Amino acid sequence: MTILRSATTAPRSVTGLRSAQSKRAMITVLGWSVALVIFFPIFWMILTGFKTESAAIADPTLIFSPTLESYQAVQARSGYTRFALNSVAVAFGSTFFALLLAIPAAYSMAFLPTKRTKGTLLWMLSTKMLPPVGVLVPIYLIFRDVGLLDTRTGLIIIYTLMNLPIVVWMLYTFFKDMPKDILEAGRMDGASTFQEVFFLLLPLTLPGIASTGLLSIILSWNEAFWSLNLTSSKAAPLTAYIASFSSPEGLFWAKLSAASTMAIAPILILGWMTQKQMVRGLTFGAVK
Amino acid sequence: MTKTRASGRTVGGLRTLSLQAPAVTLLLLWMIVPLGMTLWFSFQYYNLLMPGMTGFAGLENYEYLLTDPALWKSMGNTLLLVGWVLAITVVGGTLLAVLFQQDFAGRGIARVLAISPFFVMPTVSALVWKNMMMHPSNGVLAWLAESFGLPAVDWFSSLPLTSIVIIVAWQWLPFALLILLTAMQSLDEDQVEAARMDGAGPVAIFFFITLPHLRRAISVVVMIEMIFLLTIFAEIFVTTSGGPGLATTNLAYLIYIRALLDFDVGTASAGGVIAIILANIVAIFLVRMVAKNLED
Repeated sequence: MTILRSATTAPRSVTGLRSAQSKRAMITVLGWSVALVIFFPIFWMILTGFKTESAAIADPTLIFSPTLESYQAVQARSGYTRFALNSVAVAFGSTFFALLLAIPAAYSMAFLPTKRTKGTLLWMLSTKMLPPVGVLVPIYLIFRDVGLLDTRTGLIIIYTLMNLPIVVWMLYTFFKDMPKDILEAGRMDGASTFQEVFFLLLPLTLPGIASTGLLSIILSWNEAFWSLNLTSSKAAPLTAYIASFSSPEGLFWAKLSAASTMAIAPILILGWMTQKQMVRGLTFGAVK
Repeated sequence: MTKTRASGRTVGGLRTLSLQAPAVTLLLLWMIVPLGMTLWFSFQYYNLLMPGMTGFAGLENYEYLLTDPALWKSMGNTLLLVGWVLAITVVGGTLLAVLFQQDFAGRGIARVLAISPFFVMPTVSALVWKNMMMHPSNGVLAWLAESFGLPAVDWFSSLPLTSIVIIVAWQWLPFALLILLTAMQSLDEDQVEAARMDGAGPVAIFFFITLPHLRRAISVVVMIEMIFLLTIFAEIFVTTSGGPGLATTNLAYLIYIRALLDFDVGTASAGGVIAIILANIVAIFLVRMVAKNLED
Protein backbone atom coordinates (compact mmCIF):
# COMPACT_ATOMS: atom_id res chain seq x y z
CA MET A 1 0.00 0.00 0.00
CA THR A 2 2.74 2.43 1.01
CA ILE A 3 4.80 1.46 -2.01
CA LEU A 4 1.82 2.01 -4.28
CA ARG A 5 1.10 5.39 -2.85
CA SER A 6 4.70 6.60 -3.03
CA ALA A 7 4.85 5.33 -6.59
CA THR A 8 1.88 7.43 -7.62
CA THR A 9 3.09 10.51 -5.81
CA ALA A 10 6.68 10.10 -6.99
CA PRO A 11 6.41 12.43 -10.00
CA ARG A 12 5.14 15.19 -7.75
CA SER A 13 7.50 17.39 -5.81
CA VAL A 14 8.56 16.71 -2.25
CA THR A 15 6.38 19.55 -0.99
CA GLY A 16 3.40 17.94 -2.74
CA LEU A 17 4.09 14.72 -0.87
CA ARG A 18 4.37 16.57 2.39
CA SER A 19 1.11 18.44 1.83
CA ALA A 20 -0.65 15.16 1.00
CA GLN A 21 0.65 13.75 4.27
CA SER A 22 -0.40 16.76 6.28
CA LYS A 23 -3.82 16.64 4.63
CA ARG A 24 -4.18 13.02 5.69
CA ALA A 25 -3.13 13.89 9.23
CA MET A 26 -5.68 16.69 9.30
CA ILE A 27 -8.46 14.37 8.14
CA THR A 28 -7.44 11.82 10.77
CA VAL A 29 -7.63 14.44 13.50
CA LEU A 30 -10.94 15.83 12.20
CA GLY A 31 -12.52 12.40 11.76
CA TRP A 32 -11.56 11.26 15.22
CA SER A 33 -12.60 14.53 16.89
CA VAL A 34 -16.05 14.39 15.31
CA ALA A 35 -16.47 10.73 16.24
CA LEU A 36 -15.40 11.34 19.83
CA VAL A 37 -17.68 14.37 20.25
CA ILE A 38 -20.67 12.38 18.96
CA PHE A 39 -19.81 9.40 21.16
CA PHE A 40 -19.03 11.54 24.23
CA PRO A 41 -22.47 11.36 25.96
CA ILE A 42 -22.36 7.55 25.80
CA PHE A 43 -18.75 7.47 27.02
CA TRP A 44 -19.61 9.85 29.84
CA MET A 45 -22.62 7.76 30.84
CA ILE A 46 -20.52 4.57 30.99
CA LEU A 47 -17.95 6.41 33.11
CA THR A 48 -20.56 7.88 35.46
CA GLY A 49 -21.94 4.40 36.10
CA PHE A 50 -18.69 3.53 37.87
CA LYS A 51 -18.74 6.59 40.12
CA THR A 52 -20.34 7.19 43.51
CA GLU A 53 -23.40 9.45 43.52
CA SER A 54 -21.40 12.34 44.96
CA ALA A 55 -18.61 11.91 42.40
CA ALA A 56 -21.21 11.78 39.63
CA ILE A 57 -22.41 15.33 40.29
CA ALA A 58 -18.96 16.75 41.09
CA ASP A 59 -16.98 18.72 38.48
CA PRO A 60 -16.26 16.56 35.43
CA THR A 61 -13.01 14.63 35.77
CA LEU A 62 -11.52 11.52 34.30
CA ILE A 63 -9.70 10.71 37.53
CA PHE A 64 -11.79 8.93 40.16
CA SER A 65 -11.76 5.62 41.97
CA PRO A 66 -14.15 3.32 40.13
CA THR A 67 -16.78 1.47 42.11
CA LEU A 68 -19.50 -1.03 41.31
CA GLU A 69 -21.82 0.23 44.03
CA SER A 70 -24.30 1.82 41.60
CA TYR A 71 -24.61 -1.43 39.70
CA GLN A 72 -25.30 -3.28 42.94
CA ALA A 73 -27.77 -0.63 44.08
CA VAL A 74 -29.70 -0.75 40.78
CA GLN A 75 -30.10 -4.49 41.11
CA ALA A 76 -30.86 -4.53 44.86
CA ARG A 77 -33.32 -1.63 44.98
CA SER A 78 -35.33 -1.90 41.82
CA GLY A 79 -34.69 -5.40 40.54
CA TYR A 80 -33.07 -4.54 37.24
CA THR A 81 -33.21 -8.18 36.12
CA ARG A 82 -37.00 -8.18 36.08
CA PHE A 83 -37.14 -5.35 33.55
CA ALA A 84 -34.28 -6.81 31.53
CA LEU A 85 -36.14 -10.12 31.31
CA ASN A 86 -39.23 -8.28 30.08
CA SER A 87 -37.15 -6.61 27.38
CA VAL A 88 -35.60 -9.93 26.37
CA ALA A 89 -38.97 -11.72 26.29
CA VAL A 90 -40.66 -8.96 24.31
CA ALA A 91 -37.81 -8.41 21.82
CA PHE A 92 -37.16 -12.08 21.16
CA GLY A 93 -40.84 -13.08 21.26
CA SER A 94 -41.92 -10.46 18.77
CA THR A 95 -38.95 -11.19 16.50
CA PHE A 96 -39.75 -14.91 16.55
CA PHE A 97 -43.36 -14.35 15.53
CA ALA A 98 -42.46 -11.71 12.95
CA LEU A 99 -40.01 -14.11 11.29
CA LEU A 100 -42.52 -16.95 11.47
CA LEU A 101 -45.10 -14.86 9.64
CA ALA A 102 -42.69 -13.16 7.29
CA ILE A 103 -40.56 -16.04 5.98
CA PRO A 104 -43.41 -17.77 4.08
CA ALA A 105 -44.75 -14.43 2.85
CA ALA A 106 -41.35 -13.20 1.65
CA TYR A 107 -40.62 -16.61 0.12
CA SER A 108 -43.75 -16.53 -2.01
CA MET A 109 -43.17 -12.90 -3.00
CA ALA A 110 -39.60 -13.58 -4.11
CA PHE A 111 -40.06 -16.96 -5.80
CA LEU A 112 -43.72 -17.12 -6.79
CA PRO A 113 -44.43 -13.54 -7.75
CA THR A 114 -47.86 -12.69 -9.13
CA LYS A 115 -49.00 -9.38 -10.52
CA ARG A 116 -50.27 -8.45 -7.07
CA THR A 117 -46.93 -8.97 -5.31
CA LYS A 118 -45.62 -5.47 -5.84
CA GLY A 119 -48.87 -3.96 -4.63
CA THR A 120 -48.86 -6.14 -1.51
CA LEU A 121 -45.29 -5.13 -0.67
CA LEU A 122 -46.07 -1.44 -1.03
CA TRP A 123 -49.24 -1.78 0.99
CA MET A 124 -47.26 -3.46 3.78
CA LEU A 125 -44.81 -0.57 3.70
CA SER A 126 -47.68 1.90 3.96
CA THR A 127 -48.96 0.29 7.19
CA LYS A 128 -45.61 1.26 8.70
CA MET A 129 -46.42 4.90 7.98
CA LEU A 130 -49.40 4.91 10.29
CA PRO A 131 -48.29 7.09 13.22
CA PRO A 132 -48.66 5.11 16.47
CA VAL A 133 -50.20 8.11 18.18
CA GLY A 134 -53.05 8.00 15.64
CA VAL A 135 -54.17 4.62 16.95
CA LEU A 136 -53.16 5.04 20.60
CA VAL A 137 -56.73 5.52 21.82
CA PRO A 138 -58.32 2.41 20.26
CA ILE A 139 -55.35 0.16 21.07
CA TYR A 140 -55.40 1.37 24.68
CA LEU A 141 -59.14 0.76 25.01
CA ILE A 142 -58.98 -2.67 23.34
CA PHE A 143 -56.07 -3.69 25.57
CA ARG A 144 -57.92 -2.45 28.65
CA ASP A 145 -61.05 -4.39 27.74
CA VAL A 146 -59.34 -7.69 26.97
CA GLY A 147 -56.86 -7.44 29.84
CA LEU A 148 -53.72 -6.99 27.77
CA LEU A 149 -52.61 -3.75 29.45
CA ASP A 150 -49.27 -4.20 31.22
CA THR A 151 -48.68 -7.70 29.84
CA ARG A 152 -45.75 -9.06 27.87
CA THR A 153 -48.18 -10.75 25.49
CA GLY A 154 -49.71 -7.38 24.63
CA LEU A 155 -46.34 -5.81 23.82
CA ILE A 156 -45.27 -8.88 21.82
CA ILE A 157 -48.42 -8.57 19.68
CA ILE A 158 -47.83 -4.87 19.04
CA TYR A 159 -44.11 -5.25 18.26
CA THR A 160 -44.69 -8.24 15.98
CA LEU A 161 -47.12 -6.21 13.89
CA MET A 162 -45.01 -3.07 14.12
CA ASN A 163 -41.93 -4.83 12.69
CA LEU A 164 -43.67 -7.22 10.31
CA PRO A 165 -43.52 -4.91 7.24
CA ILE A 166 -39.80 -4.21 7.72
CA VAL A 167 -39.06 -7.90 8.30
CA VAL A 168 -40.99 -8.97 5.17
CA TRP A 169 -39.25 -6.31 3.08
CA MET A 170 -35.79 -7.09 4.29
CA LEU A 171 -36.25 -10.86 3.83
CA TYR A 172 -37.70 -10.21 0.40
CA THR A 173 -34.57 -8.32 -0.69
CA PHE A 174 -32.32 -11.11 0.65
CA PHE A 175 -34.38 -13.88 -0.98
CA LYS A 176 -34.40 -11.99 -4.26
CA ASP A 177 -30.61 -11.87 -4.26
CA MET A 178 -30.44 -15.66 -4.03
CA PRO A 179 -29.75 -17.49 -7.30
CA LYS A 180 -33.02 -19.06 -8.44
CA ASP A 181 -31.27 -22.04 -10.07
CA ILE A 182 -30.60 -23.69 -6.72
CA LEU A 183 -34.28 -23.80 -5.77
CA GLU A 184 -35.08 -24.85 -9.32
CA ALA A 185 -32.64 -27.77 -9.05
CA GLY A 186 -34.18 -28.78 -5.73
CA ARG A 187 -37.63 -28.76 -7.27
CA MET A 188 -36.38 -30.91 -10.15
CA ASP A 189 -35.15 -33.43 -7.60
CA GLY A 190 -38.66 -33.59 -6.19
CA ALA A 191 -38.37 -31.37 -3.13
CA SER A 192 -41.69 -30.16 -1.69
CA THR A 193 -42.24 -26.50 -0.85
CA PHE A 194 -41.58 -27.30 2.78
CA GLN A 195 -38.34 -29.12 1.99
CA GLU A 196 -37.33 -26.36 -0.38
CA VAL A 197 -37.74 -23.73 2.31
CA PHE A 198 -36.19 -25.71 5.16
CA PHE A 199 -33.28 -27.46 3.45
CA LEU A 200 -32.35 -25.01 0.71
CA LEU A 201 -33.66 -21.50 1.30
CA LEU A 202 -33.14 -21.16 5.05
CA PRO A 203 -29.57 -22.49 5.22
CA LEU A 204 -28.52 -20.44 2.19
CA THR A 205 -30.04 -17.18 3.37
CA LEU A 206 -29.25 -17.65 7.05
CA PRO A 207 -26.97 -14.57 7.26
CA GLY A 208 -29.76 -12.43 5.77
CA ILE A 209 -32.38 -13.91 8.10
CA ALA A 210 -30.06 -13.40 11.06
CA SER A 211 -29.50 -9.74 10.30
CA THR A 212 -33.23 -9.24 9.72
CA GLY A 213 -33.89 -10.83 13.11
CA LEU A 214 -31.26 -8.63 14.74
CA LEU A 215 -32.80 -5.48 13.30
CA SER A 216 -36.19 -6.56 14.61
CA ILE A 217 -34.69 -7.22 18.06
CA ILE A 218 -33.00 -3.80 18.06
CA LEU A 219 -36.19 -1.99 17.06
CA SER A 220 -38.32 -3.80 19.67
CA TRP A 221 -35.74 -3.35 22.41
CA ASN A 222 -35.55 0.41 21.86
CA GLU A 223 -39.26 1.05 21.20
CA ALA A 224 -40.54 3.62 23.68
CA PHE A 225 -43.98 4.78 22.61
CA TRP A 226 -46.05 1.67 23.21
CA SER A 227 -43.94 0.47 26.14
CA LEU A 228 -44.47 3.77 27.98
CA ASN A 229 -48.19 3.90 27.24
CA LEU A 230 -49.20 0.27 27.59
CA THR A 231 -47.13 -0.97 30.54
CA SER A 232 -46.83 0.29 34.09
CA SER A 233 -44.94 -2.17 36.28
CA LYS A 234 -45.45 -5.88 35.69
CA ALA A 235 -44.50 -6.02 32.03
CA ALA A 236 -42.43 -2.83 31.87
CA PRO A 237 -39.32 -3.31 29.68
CA LEU A 238 -36.07 -1.39 30.11
CA THR A 239 -37.25 1.66 28.13
CA ALA A 240 -40.04 2.19 30.67
CA TYR A 241 -37.79 1.36 33.62
CA ILE A 242 -35.21 3.98 32.58
CA ALA A 243 -38.05 6.51 32.17
CA SER A 244 -38.85 6.05 35.86
CA PHE A 245 -35.58 7.86 36.66
CA SER A 246 -37.11 11.04 35.29
CA SER A 247 -39.79 11.48 37.94
CA PRO A 248 -37.99 12.61 41.11
CA GLU A 249 -35.91 15.77 41.20
CA GLY A 250 -33.40 13.73 43.21
CA LEU A 251 -30.23 13.25 41.22
CA PHE A 252 -29.33 9.60 40.97
CA TRP A 253 -26.97 10.01 38.05
CA ALA A 254 -24.66 7.15 38.90
CA LYS A 255 -27.56 4.72 39.23
CA LEU A 256 -29.22 6.07 36.09
CA SER A 257 -25.90 5.62 34.27
CA ALA A 258 -25.30 2.11 35.56
CA ALA A 259 -28.81 1.00 34.62
CA SER A 260 -28.58 2.74 31.21
CA THR A 261 -25.22 1.18 30.43
CA MET A 262 -26.60 -2.29 31.10
CA ALA A 263 -29.72 -1.48 29.07
CA ILE A 264 -27.93 -0.30 25.94
CA ALA A 265 -24.78 -2.47 25.93
CA PRO A 266 -26.22 -5.56 24.22
CA ILE A 267 -28.00 -3.53 21.55
CA LEU A 268 -24.99 -1.31 20.90
CA ILE A 269 -22.91 -4.41 20.19
CA LEU A 270 -25.61 -5.96 17.98
CA GLY A 271 -25.94 -2.65 16.14
CA TRP A 272 -22.20 -2.45 15.48
CA MET A 273 -22.28 -5.98 14.08
CA THR A 274 -25.20 -5.47 11.71
CA GLN A 275 -24.90 -1.83 10.63
CA LYS A 276 -24.35 -2.65 6.94
CA GLN A 277 -27.32 -4.98 6.52
CA MET A 278 -29.52 -2.69 8.61
CA VAL A 279 -29.50 -0.05 5.91
CA ARG A 280 -31.53 -2.37 3.67
CA GLY A 281 -34.22 -2.90 6.27
CA LEU A 282 -34.37 0.72 7.36
CA THR A 283 -34.75 2.07 3.83
CA PHE A 284 -36.92 -0.74 2.45
CA GLY A 285 -34.23 -1.67 -0.04
CA ALA A 286 -34.15 1.83 -1.51
CA VAL A 287 -30.49 2.23 -0.50
CA LYS A 288 -28.21 -0.79 -0.67
CA MET B 1 -51.55 -26.60 -23.31
CA THR B 2 -53.58 -23.59 -22.42
CA LYS B 3 -55.46 -25.63 -19.88
CA THR B 4 -52.37 -26.85 -18.02
CA ARG B 5 -50.90 -23.40 -17.93
CA ALA B 6 -54.10 -21.93 -16.55
CA SER B 7 -54.39 -24.59 -13.83
CA GLY B 8 -50.69 -24.17 -13.03
CA ARG B 9 -51.28 -20.50 -12.44
CA THR B 10 -54.21 -21.20 -10.13
CA VAL B 11 -52.16 -23.68 -8.07
CA GLY B 12 -49.33 -21.13 -7.89
CA GLY B 13 -51.84 -18.47 -6.93
CA LEU B 14 -53.29 -20.65 -4.19
CA ARG B 15 -49.87 -21.44 -2.82
CA THR B 16 -48.97 -17.74 -2.82
CA LEU B 17 -52.22 -16.93 -1.09
CA SER B 18 -51.78 -19.50 1.68
CA LEU B 19 -48.18 -18.44 2.30
CA GLN B 20 -48.98 -14.74 2.49
CA ALA B 21 -52.37 -14.97 4.15
CA PRO B 22 -51.28 -14.97 7.81
CA ALA B 23 -49.02 -11.93 7.45
CA VAL B 24 -51.45 -10.03 5.23
CA THR B 25 -54.52 -10.78 7.37
CA LEU B 26 -52.86 -9.71 10.61
CA LEU B 27 -51.47 -6.52 9.09
CA LEU B 28 -54.86 -5.74 7.60
CA LEU B 29 -56.55 -6.14 11.00
CA TRP B 30 -53.78 -4.10 12.64
CA MET B 31 -54.41 -1.30 10.20
CA ILE B 32 -58.17 -1.35 9.68
CA VAL B 33 -59.53 -1.98 13.18
CA PRO B 34 -57.74 0.77 15.12
CA LEU B 35 -57.98 3.17 12.20
CA GLY B 36 -61.70 2.60 11.91
CA MET B 37 -62.12 3.02 15.66
CA THR B 38 -60.10 6.25 15.72
CA LEU B 39 -62.24 7.61 12.92
CA TRP B 40 -65.44 6.48 14.67
CA PHE B 41 -64.45 7.91 18.07
CA SER B 42 -63.50 11.20 16.46
CA PHE B 43 -67.18 11.74 15.62
CA GLN B 44 -68.47 10.67 19.05
CA TYR B 45 -68.91 12.29 22.44
CA TYR B 46 -66.71 9.99 24.45
CA ASN B 47 -65.03 11.05 27.67
CA LEU B 48 -64.08 8.37 30.18
CA LEU B 49 -64.70 10.86 33.01
CA MET B 50 -68.24 11.62 31.82
CA PRO B 51 -69.77 8.21 31.14
CA GLY B 52 -73.26 9.66 30.77
CA MET B 53 -72.43 11.82 27.79
CA THR B 54 -72.32 9.71 24.65
CA GLY B 55 -73.61 9.82 21.10
CA PHE B 56 -72.87 11.32 17.75
CA ALA B 57 -70.94 14.55 17.97
CA GLY B 58 -70.67 15.40 14.31
CA LEU B 59 -67.71 17.65 13.74
CA GLU B 60 -67.75 19.01 17.27
CA ASN B 61 -64.55 17.24 18.37
CA TYR B 62 -62.75 18.65 15.35
CA GLU B 63 -64.21 22.07 15.96
CA TYR B 64 -63.15 21.96 19.59
CA LEU B 65 -59.69 20.81 18.62
CA LEU B 66 -59.19 23.22 15.73
CA THR B 67 -60.23 26.22 17.83
CA ASP B 68 -57.97 25.13 20.69
CA PRO B 69 -54.81 27.29 20.69
CA ALA B 70 -52.95 24.28 22.12
CA LEU B 71 -53.40 22.45 18.82
CA TRP B 72 -51.83 25.23 16.77
CA LYS B 73 -49.04 25.68 19.28
CA SER B 74 -48.32 21.96 19.17
CA MET B 75 -48.49 21.86 15.36
CA GLY B 76 -46.00 24.73 15.28
CA ASN B 77 -43.73 22.87 17.69
CA THR B 78 -44.01 19.71 15.60
CA LEU B 79 -42.98 21.60 12.47
CA LEU B 80 -40.09 23.35 14.25
CA LEU B 81 -38.88 20.07 15.72
CA VAL B 82 -39.09 18.19 12.42
CA GLY B 83 -37.63 21.07 10.40
CA TRP B 84 -34.64 21.74 12.62
CA VAL B 85 -33.77 18.11 13.21
CA LEU B 86 -34.01 17.42 9.47
CA ALA B 87 -31.81 20.39 8.62
CA ILE B 88 -29.17 19.41 11.17
CA THR B 89 -29.13 15.69 10.41
CA VAL B 90 -29.23 15.94 6.62
CA VAL B 91 -26.59 18.67 6.28
CA GLY B 92 -24.48 17.18 9.08
CA GLY B 93 -24.98 13.63 7.86
CA THR B 94 -23.87 14.52 4.32
CA LEU B 95 -20.75 16.29 5.52
CA LEU B 96 -19.90 13.47 7.90
CA ALA B 97 -20.45 10.87 5.19
CA VAL B 98 -17.90 12.71 3.03
CA LEU B 99 -15.49 12.89 5.97
CA PHE B 100 -15.82 9.23 6.93
CA GLN B 101 -15.45 8.19 3.30
CA GLN B 102 -11.86 9.53 3.36
CA ASP B 103 -9.19 7.04 4.19
CA PHE B 104 -7.67 7.71 7.62
CA ALA B 105 -6.10 5.83 10.50
CA GLY B 106 -8.72 3.98 12.57
CA ARG B 107 -11.58 4.99 10.28
CA GLY B 108 -13.53 1.82 11.01
CA ILE B 109 -13.60 2.45 14.75
CA ALA B 110 -14.34 6.16 14.32
CA ARG B 111 -17.33 5.29 12.11
CA VAL B 112 -18.68 2.82 14.65
CA LEU B 113 -18.40 5.42 17.43
CA ALA B 114 -20.18 8.05 15.35
CA ILE B 115 -23.05 5.71 14.46
CA SER B 116 -23.59 4.53 18.04
CA PRO B 117 -26.20 7.05 19.27
CA PHE B 118 -28.74 5.54 16.86
CA PHE B 119 -28.73 2.31 18.87
CA VAL B 120 -29.34 3.99 22.22
CA MET B 121 -32.93 3.73 23.45
CA PRO B 122 -34.72 7.12 23.41
CA THR B 123 -35.35 7.23 27.15
CA VAL B 124 -31.64 6.74 27.87
CA SER B 125 -30.49 9.39 25.37
CA ALA B 126 -33.00 11.89 26.68
CA LEU B 127 -32.12 11.40 30.35
CA VAL B 128 -28.36 11.32 29.80
CA TRP B 129 -28.56 14.60 27.89
CA LYS B 130 -30.97 16.20 30.34
CA ASN B 131 -28.99 15.32 33.43
CA MET B 132 -25.35 14.74 32.71
CA MET B 133 -24.95 17.04 29.69
CA MET B 134 -27.43 19.89 30.06
CA HIS B 135 -27.92 20.20 33.82
CA PRO B 136 -27.53 23.93 34.62
CA SER B 137 -25.09 23.45 37.51
CA ASN B 138 -23.60 19.95 37.32
CA GLY B 139 -23.79 19.19 33.60
CA VAL B 140 -20.78 18.87 31.32
CA LEU B 141 -21.98 21.75 29.11
CA ALA B 142 -22.30 24.06 32.15
CA TRP B 143 -18.81 23.07 33.24
CA LEU B 144 -17.45 23.74 29.75
CA ALA B 145 -19.13 27.15 29.59
CA GLU B 146 -17.73 28.09 32.99
CA SER B 147 -14.21 27.03 32.05
CA PHE B 148 -14.42 29.48 29.17
CA GLY B 149 -15.76 32.12 31.53
CA LEU B 150 -19.24 32.08 30.00
CA PRO B 151 -22.50 31.92 31.93
CA ALA B 152 -24.03 28.44 32.14
CA VAL B 153 -27.25 27.95 30.17
CA ASP B 154 -30.32 26.56 31.91
CA TRP B 155 -31.21 24.55 28.83
CA PHE B 156 -34.61 23.15 29.68
CA SER B 157 -36.08 26.31 31.16
CA SER B 158 -34.67 28.94 28.83
CA LEU B 159 -34.36 26.95 25.58
CA PRO B 160 -36.72 24.00 26.01
CA LEU B 161 -37.52 23.25 22.36
CA THR B 162 -33.88 23.77 21.33
CA SER B 163 -32.86 21.23 23.96
CA ILE B 164 -35.27 18.66 22.54
CA VAL B 165 -34.01 19.43 19.02
CA ILE B 166 -30.41 18.82 20.15
CA ILE B 167 -31.27 15.48 21.75
CA VAL B 168 -33.33 14.23 18.81
CA ALA B 169 -30.76 15.44 16.27
CA TRP B 170 -28.05 13.60 18.20
CA GLN B 171 -30.08 10.40 17.86
CA TRP B 172 -30.87 10.79 14.15
CA LEU B 173 -27.61 12.25 12.82
CA PRO B 174 -26.05 8.75 12.94
CA PHE B 175 -29.03 7.38 10.99
CA ALA B 176 -28.45 9.90 8.19
CA LEU B 177 -24.72 9.19 8.34
CA LEU B 178 -25.24 5.41 8.16
CA ILE B 179 -27.54 5.60 5.13
CA LEU B 180 -25.50 8.22 3.26
CA LEU B 181 -22.23 6.41 3.95
CA THR B 182 -23.72 3.28 2.40
CA ALA B 183 -24.89 5.29 -0.61
CA MET B 184 -21.39 6.80 -0.94
CA GLN B 185 -19.93 3.35 -1.47
CA SER B 186 -21.52 3.13 -4.92
CA LEU B 187 -19.96 6.45 -5.96
CA ASP B 188 -17.89 5.97 -9.10
CA GLU B 189 -14.29 6.59 -8.02
CA ASP B 190 -13.12 6.80 -11.64
CA GLN B 191 -15.49 9.67 -12.26
CA VAL B 192 -14.12 11.52 -9.23
CA GLU B 193 -10.56 10.83 -10.35
CA ALA B 194 -11.35 12.05 -13.87
CA ALA B 195 -12.85 15.25 -12.47
CA ARG B 196 -9.76 15.74 -10.33
CA MET B 197 -7.52 15.29 -13.38
CA ASP B 198 -9.53 17.97 -15.13
CA GLY B 199 -8.66 20.27 -12.26
CA ALA B 200 -11.88 20.17 -10.23
CA GLY B 201 -11.31 21.12 -6.59
CA PRO B 202 -12.84 19.24 -3.65
CA VAL B 203 -15.71 21.75 -3.39
CA ALA B 204 -16.60 21.36 -7.07
CA ILE B 205 -16.42 17.58 -6.78
CA PHE B 206 -18.73 17.69 -3.76
CA PHE B 207 -21.35 19.87 -5.45
CA PHE B 208 -21.23 18.41 -8.96
CA ILE B 209 -20.53 14.72 -8.35
CA THR B 210 -21.07 13.65 -4.73
CA LEU B 211 -24.25 15.59 -4.01
CA PRO B 212 -26.10 14.55 -7.20
CA HIS B 213 -25.07 10.95 -6.51
CA LEU B 214 -26.52 11.15 -3.00
CA ARG B 215 -29.76 12.82 -4.06
CA ARG B 216 -31.92 9.74 -3.83
CA ALA B 217 -30.42 8.52 -0.57
CA ILE B 218 -30.92 11.99 0.91
CA SER B 219 -34.60 12.02 -0.04
CA VAL B 220 -35.04 8.57 1.51
CA VAL B 221 -33.43 9.87 4.72
CA VAL B 222 -35.66 12.95 4.72
CA MET B 223 -38.87 10.97 4.30
CA ILE B 224 -38.10 8.19 6.77
CA GLU B 225 -36.96 10.70 9.38
CA MET B 226 -40.07 12.79 8.80
CA ILE B 227 -42.34 9.84 9.53
CA PHE B 228 -40.57 9.11 12.80
CA LEU B 229 -40.00 12.73 13.82
CA LEU B 230 -43.65 13.71 13.33
CA THR B 231 -44.48 11.57 16.36
CA ILE B 232 -41.50 12.03 18.69
CA PHE B 233 -42.79 11.11 22.13
CA ALA B 234 -40.43 9.42 24.61
CA GLU B 235 -37.83 12.22 24.55
CA ILE B 236 -40.49 14.76 25.54
CA PHE B 237 -42.16 12.43 28.02
CA VAL B 238 -39.03 11.92 30.13
CA THR B 239 -37.52 15.41 29.92
CA THR B 240 -40.09 18.22 29.88
CA SER B 241 -43.52 16.55 29.87
CA GLY B 242 -44.40 19.03 27.16
CA GLY B 243 -43.56 22.09 29.26
CA PRO B 244 -42.83 24.64 30.43
CA GLY B 245 -46.41 25.53 29.51
CA LEU B 246 -46.83 24.14 26.02
CA ALA B 247 -43.30 25.02 24.92
CA THR B 248 -42.33 21.47 23.98
CA THR B 249 -45.75 19.89 23.36
CA ASN B 250 -45.88 18.40 19.89
CA LEU B 251 -48.91 16.83 18.23
CA ALA B 252 -48.11 13.34 19.56
CA TYR B 253 -47.74 14.63 23.10
CA LEU B 254 -50.94 16.68 22.89
CA ILE B 255 -52.90 13.60 21.81
CA TYR B 256 -51.37 11.68 24.70
CA ILE B 257 -52.44 14.42 27.14
CA ARG B 258 -56.00 14.51 25.78
CA ALA B 259 -56.33 10.72 25.74
CA LEU B 260 -54.56 9.33 28.78
CA LEU B 261 -54.49 12.35 31.10
CA ASP B 262 -57.79 14.10 30.27
CA PHE B 263 -59.52 10.85 29.17
CA ASP B 264 -61.18 12.78 26.34
CA VAL B 265 -61.32 9.96 23.79
CA GLY B 266 -63.30 11.95 21.21
CA THR B 267 -60.93 14.90 20.96
CA ALA B 268 -57.84 12.70 21.18
CA SER B 269 -59.17 10.63 18.29
CA ALA B 270 -59.78 13.74 16.21
CA GLY B 271 -56.13 14.65 16.92
CA GLY B 272 -55.12 11.15 15.88
CA VAL B 273 -56.90 11.58 12.56
CA ILE B 274 -55.01 14.82 11.97
CA ALA B 275 -51.69 13.08 12.76
CA ILE B 276 -52.55 10.27 10.34
CA ILE B 277 -53.35 12.74 7.57
CA LEU B 278 -50.08 14.60 8.13
CA ALA B 279 -48.05 11.38 8.09
CA ASN B 280 -49.80 10.22 4.95
CA ILE B 281 -48.84 13.32 3.01
CA VAL B 282 -45.22 12.30 3.55
CA ALA B 283 -45.93 8.59 3.12
CA ILE B 284 -47.37 8.98 -0.37
CA PHE B 285 -44.08 10.40 -1.64
CA LEU B 286 -42.02 7.73 0.09
CA VAL B 287 -44.15 4.84 -1.16
CA ARG B 288 -44.02 6.24 -4.67
CA MET B 289 -40.26 6.45 -4.55
CA VAL B 290 -39.84 2.93 -3.20
CA ALA B 291 -42.25 1.69 -5.89
CA LYS B 292 -40.11 3.25 -8.58
CA ASN B 293 -37.07 1.59 -7.07
CA LEU B 294 -38.84 -1.78 -7.07
CA GLU B 295 -39.11 -1.63 -10.86
CA ASP B 296 -35.38 -1.38 -11.53
